[in-house]
Amino acid sequence: MILFSAYLAVLLSFASGLLALIVNQRHLLQSLSDYSFNKLFKNQPQPQAWVNKNLEIQHFPAFLRQAVFILLGLSGLFAVIAGLAVLISNQVITDQIPLGLPWLPWHIRFDCLSGFFFLIIGIGVFAVSLYGPGYVRSYKENQHPFASLGLFTGLFVAGMLLVLLADDAFMFMIAWELMSVASYFLVAFQHEHAANRRAAFLYLLMAEVGALAIILAFGVLASFSDGFTFDALRESRLSVAWSSIAFVLALLGFGMKAGIAPIHVWLPEAHPVAPSHISALMSGVMLKVAIYGLIRFCFDLLSEVQWQWGVVLIILGTVSALAGILYAMMQPNLKRLLAYSSVENIGIIFMVLGLTMIFMATGHPQLAALGLLAALFHAFNHALFKNLLFLGAGILQHQTHELNIDMMGGLIKKMPQTSLLFLVGCMSISSLPLFNGFVSEWLAFQTALQVDVLDNGVLRSLIPVAAAALALTAALAAACFVKVFGLIFLGQPRSHHSEKAHEVQNKFMLAGPALLAGLCFFIGIFPSTIIYLINNASGQLLGQTLPNNNLLSWLWLAPVSAHQASYSPPLVLIAALIAAGICYSYFRRNPLTTVRRAETWDCGFGGLTPRMQYTSSSFTMPFRRIFEKVWIIDEQIHKDMKGAMNQDVSAVHYQLHIHDHSWPHIYSPIAQAVNDLARQVGRIQTGNIRTYLGYSFATLLILLWLIS
Amino acid sequence: MNWLIAILQGALFIILAPLLAGWLKYCKCHLQNRKAPSLLQPYRDLIKLSNKQPVVSDQASWLFITAPYLIFSATALAATVVPLVVVDLPTSASADVIVMVGFFAFARFFLALAGLDIGTAFGGMGSSREMTISSLAEPAMLMAIFTLTMTASTTNLSGAIAHVLNEGLVLRPSFVFALFALILVAVAETGRIPVDNPSTHLELTMIHEAMILEYSGRYLALIEWASQLKLMLYGVLIANIFFPWGISETLNPKDLGYGLLAILGKLALLAIFLAIAETLVAKMRLFRVQEYLSFAYLLGLLGMLSHIILEASR
Repeated sequence: MILFSAYLAVLLSFASGLLALIVNQRHLLQSLSDYSFNKLFKNQPQPQAWVNKNLEIQHFPAFLRQAVFILLGLSGLFAVIAGLAVLISNQVITDQIPLGLPWLPWHIRFDCLSGFFFLIIGIGVFAVSLYGPGYVRSYKENQHPFASLGLFTGLFVAGMLLVLLADDAFMFMIAWELMSVASYFLVAFQHEHAANRRAAFLYLLMAEVGALAIILAFGVLASFSDGFTFDALRESRLSVAWSSIAFVLALLGFGMKAGIAPIHVWLPEAHPVAPSHISALMSGVMLKVAIYGLIRFCFDLLSEVQWQWGVVLIILGTVSALAGILYAMMQPNLKRLLAYSSVENIGIIFMVLGLTMIFMATGHPQLAALGLLAALFHAFNHALFKNLLFLGAGILQHQTHELNIDMMGGLIKKMPQTSLLFLVGCMSISSLPLFNGFVSEWLAFQTALQVDVLDNGVLRSLIPVAAAALALTAALAAACFVKVFGLIFLGQPRSHHSEKAHEVQNKFMLAGPALLAGLCFFIGIFPSTIIYLINNASGQLLGQTLPNNNLLSWLWLAPVSAHQASYSPPLVLIAALIAAGICYSYFRRNPLTTVRRAETWDCGFGGLTPRMQYTSSSFTMPFRRIFEKVWIIDEQIHKDMKGAMNQDVSAVHYQLHIHDHSWPHIYSPIAQAVNDLARQVGRIQTGNIRTYLGYSFATLLILLWLIS
Repeated sequence: MNWLIAILQGALFIILAPLLAGWLKYCKCHLQNRKAPSLLQPYRDLIKLSNKQPVVSDQASWLFITAPYLIFSATALAATVVPLVVVDLPTSASADVIVMVGFFAFARFFLALAGLDIGTAFGGMGSSREMTISSLAEPAMLMAIFTLTMTASTTNLSGAIAHVLNEGLVLRPSFVFALFALILVAVAETGRIPVDNPSTHLELTMIHEAMILEYSGRYLALIEWASQLKLMLYGVLIANIFFPWGISETLNPKDLGYGLLAILGKLALLAIFLAIAETLVAKMRLFRVQEYLSFAYLLGLLGMLSHIILEASR
C-alpha cells in the first residue's frame, strides 16, 4: 500500500508531463470527443457540454494548465502520504520492476531515509502545484510553449522521486540523469537570451561531470562486489584507501549537484534564469536529493566511515557557508541572492554531516544520531523556507517585472499578504526563535558543543572553530535578509513598476507560499513532530536513535539530556504572547494617545525623495569594506564635469560589480587547459585523407600485434 | 512556586533596568564634573513618553508600529532566561542561552527593519551599521558563552551558573578570555562608547539613535526601555557568570534577599567601571569597530581553545 502510493506519485508526475504535451492537439481532442459522444455515449448532454466548453479555444489552455498542475499536486500529495506512512510504520520495503534490460530488473527500496526525502519533495511539489497555474499564465504560448515546461517539470519530479526509490546503481543513474537533463531544459526554458543559454549549458556541463564522478564512485564499490544492486555494494569490503577514493568521487559528484563551494558556480547562474516555481523546486528540493545521495552513499553503502572524511566535510561546509552568505549579501538580483544563500545552507548541512561522520567513526553513535538529526532537519527546513522565498520572488517578479532589489521598495503597503509570507521566510532563514530555522541551528550548535567526548586534539580544536564560523554565518544571514526584506518591502518605491504594483489576484498563487509559511511556523513551535520522524530514519541508517523518546516530547526538546540543554518552543511562544499582550494593552489604555500621522522628518530642508534611501550596495558597504578580500570588487566612479574650467560636477556615475573568486582562479584555468589540450589533439587532424589512412593502418597493426 | 519566582524575577529585571541606567548616568556626571539628574530620572522620562501622543510618519507601515512591542517583548523574554537573584529557574530550562542570543537577534531584526521602514537615509544608515556591528558581535558573544557552557557541559544558564558556583574559586584561563570577550561584546551591543555614543545625535557617528530617530511617544519609551533592559542583561550576565557568588540557590526569603543585595552591589560596581571607561576612552571611527570586534571574537575563540587544550578532563 505504501509502495503503491509511492509508485502513484511517480506515475502521476509522469502523467502530468505527458498531459502537457497535448496542449497543441486541441483539434484532435475535439474530433475525439465528438466521435465518442456521438457513437459511444449517446444522450449524455451534460458531460458533453462540459467537455465542449473546456475544449473551446479560449478555455482550453487554461483548463489544461489546471489539469497538469492538479496531477502534479496529486503526485506531491501521494509522495507526502507515502513518505509519512513509511516513516511512521518504520519499515523497509523492497520490490523489483522488470523494466530496462531483460536481465537487469530495477530494484526498488523504500525505507525511512527515502521516505523522509519523499516528504520533502512532496511538500515542495504540492506547494508549487498550487502556485504554478497562476504563475505560468503570463508566458506567451508562441515564445514559451507550455508543453515543454509542463513535460519537463513532470519528468524532473519523476526523476527526483525515482532517485529516492532506486536500489541499484543502474536505476539510480538513470533516474539521476532524468532529473539532471529535465532540469537542464527547464533552466533553458527562456532561451531567447544568450546569458540564459550560457547558464543552462554551464549547468548541464557540471551536472554531467558530477554524474561521471558518481558513476566512477559506484564503479569503485562495484569492483569489490558482485553486482550493482545496493545490497551487493553494501557487502563490499574495501580498504581504507579505496573507500576514501570512492568517498572523494561521491563527494565531487553529489557536492557538484548540491552546490558546495567551490563547485557551486552553476547555482547562481542557473537559478535566476529558470521560471520561479522551477527555481523553487531546484533550490528547495533538488539540492536535497543530492544530500540524500551523499548520505545514502557514505552512511549506507560504504561500510565504514572514516573521521578524516568528516574533517573534509566540515572544512568544505564551513567555507561554503561563509562564502555563500557573503556572496549572497552582495547580490542585487533577488534570485541570485537566494541561490547563493542556498550555497550557505547546503554548507551548514555538510558541516553537520561532517560532525556526524566524526562522531560515528570515533564510536559515539548516539551523538552521530544527533548530528544526522540536525542535518536532516536543516535540510527539511531549508526546503520549506527556500521554496517559500523563491515563490515569493516569483510573485514579486510577476507583479513588478523586476528582480533587482534596488528597484523595489514600499511593497508592504501594496502587497500586504505577500509581504507577510515573505517576512516569515526571512525570519526562518535568519534563524530567529519561534521559527523552524532556529531549531535546526540550535541542534547543530548542540551537536558541535559535544566535542568534549572526542580524544583527538585536532578535532577538538577544529570543531569549535567550525561552530564559531556557524555563529558568524547565522549573524550574517540575518543581516542579509534584513537587507532583502527592508529594501523590497519597506521604505518608498524606487521605481515606477513597484509604485504601480498591487497584490496578486490569483489566490492560489498565495496559497502555495502560505502553506509553506504555515509549516515554517508550525514546525518552529512543534519541532518534535519532524524530529520523531527523523529519529526513525537515523535508527535505520545508523542503528541508533536518540536516547530517550520521552525527552523529545511535544513540549520539550532535550536532545542530549534534560540537564544539558533544553528548549521548549511552545512555552516560549506562550510567554512571548503574554509579554506582547501586556505591553500592547498597557499602552493602549489611554484613548487620547492615538497615533498622529505627520510628515517624515527631513532635517528642515524638505524634499525627501526615494532616491535618498539606502540601496543594496550602500547597505552592504560596511561589509564590503570589512571582508573586502572575499570578493573581486570592481568599483568605478566617473564624474561628468561642466562649466568654466570644468570644475562643476554635473553627474556622477557609479558602477559596482562583484565577481566570484572561483572563476579566475579555478574555472578559467581549467577551461584554458581544456582548450589547450583540444588544440594539441587537433594537430593530428590534418584534414588530409592519406594521413587518416595512415592512422587506420597504424591502429590495425597495433591491434594485430596486441591480439597475437 | 518556581514559576512564580521566575515571573517575579523577570518583572524585577524589567523594573530595575531604568534604575541602572540612571545610576550609570549619575556616575558619569560626577566623573565629568557635571550636576547629575536624579536616579529616578529614567523612570520619569519613560512615564512622560508613554503618556504623550506619538507622532508617526505617514510613510510608516504596520511593521513600524508593531516593531517596538516585538522588540520589547523579545528583550523581556531574554531577561526572564537569565538568573538574577536565584539560580534554579524553570524559565532557563525552557529557553537556554542560545535561545537568549536568538531573542536578541529577533529584537535586532525588527529594530533594523523599523529603521528601514520610513525610507530616510538616517534609518538605512543606522540599520546597516547596526547589522554590521551585531553580525560581528553575535558570534563573539556565542564563543564566550560556549566556553562557559563547555566547562559546565550544559547550555542551560541556571545549570552553568550553579556549576561555576559549586566549583568554588578556580582560576581558569578560558574564563579570563571569555570574560574580556563578553565585556567587549557587551559594550558594542549595548551601544556604549567607544563603539556608539548613546547621547549623540550627530548623524555621522550615531548608530542606534539613527534607527529610532522617527520614533516618538510610547514607541520610543518601549525602545528606550528595551535598550536599558539589554544593558542590564549584559551586566547581569557578566556579573553572574563570572562572579556568581552571592546568588541564591534556594527559595527561602533570606537567601533571596541576600541574592538581590549581591546583584545590586555587583551591578553598581560594574556601572562604575563602565562610567570610568566611557569617560576615559574616546569613540572609535566606525571602521575601527571591526578590529575591536574581531579582537573580541579572537578572545572568545582563544578562551574556547584554552578550555579544550588546557582544562578539559583528558
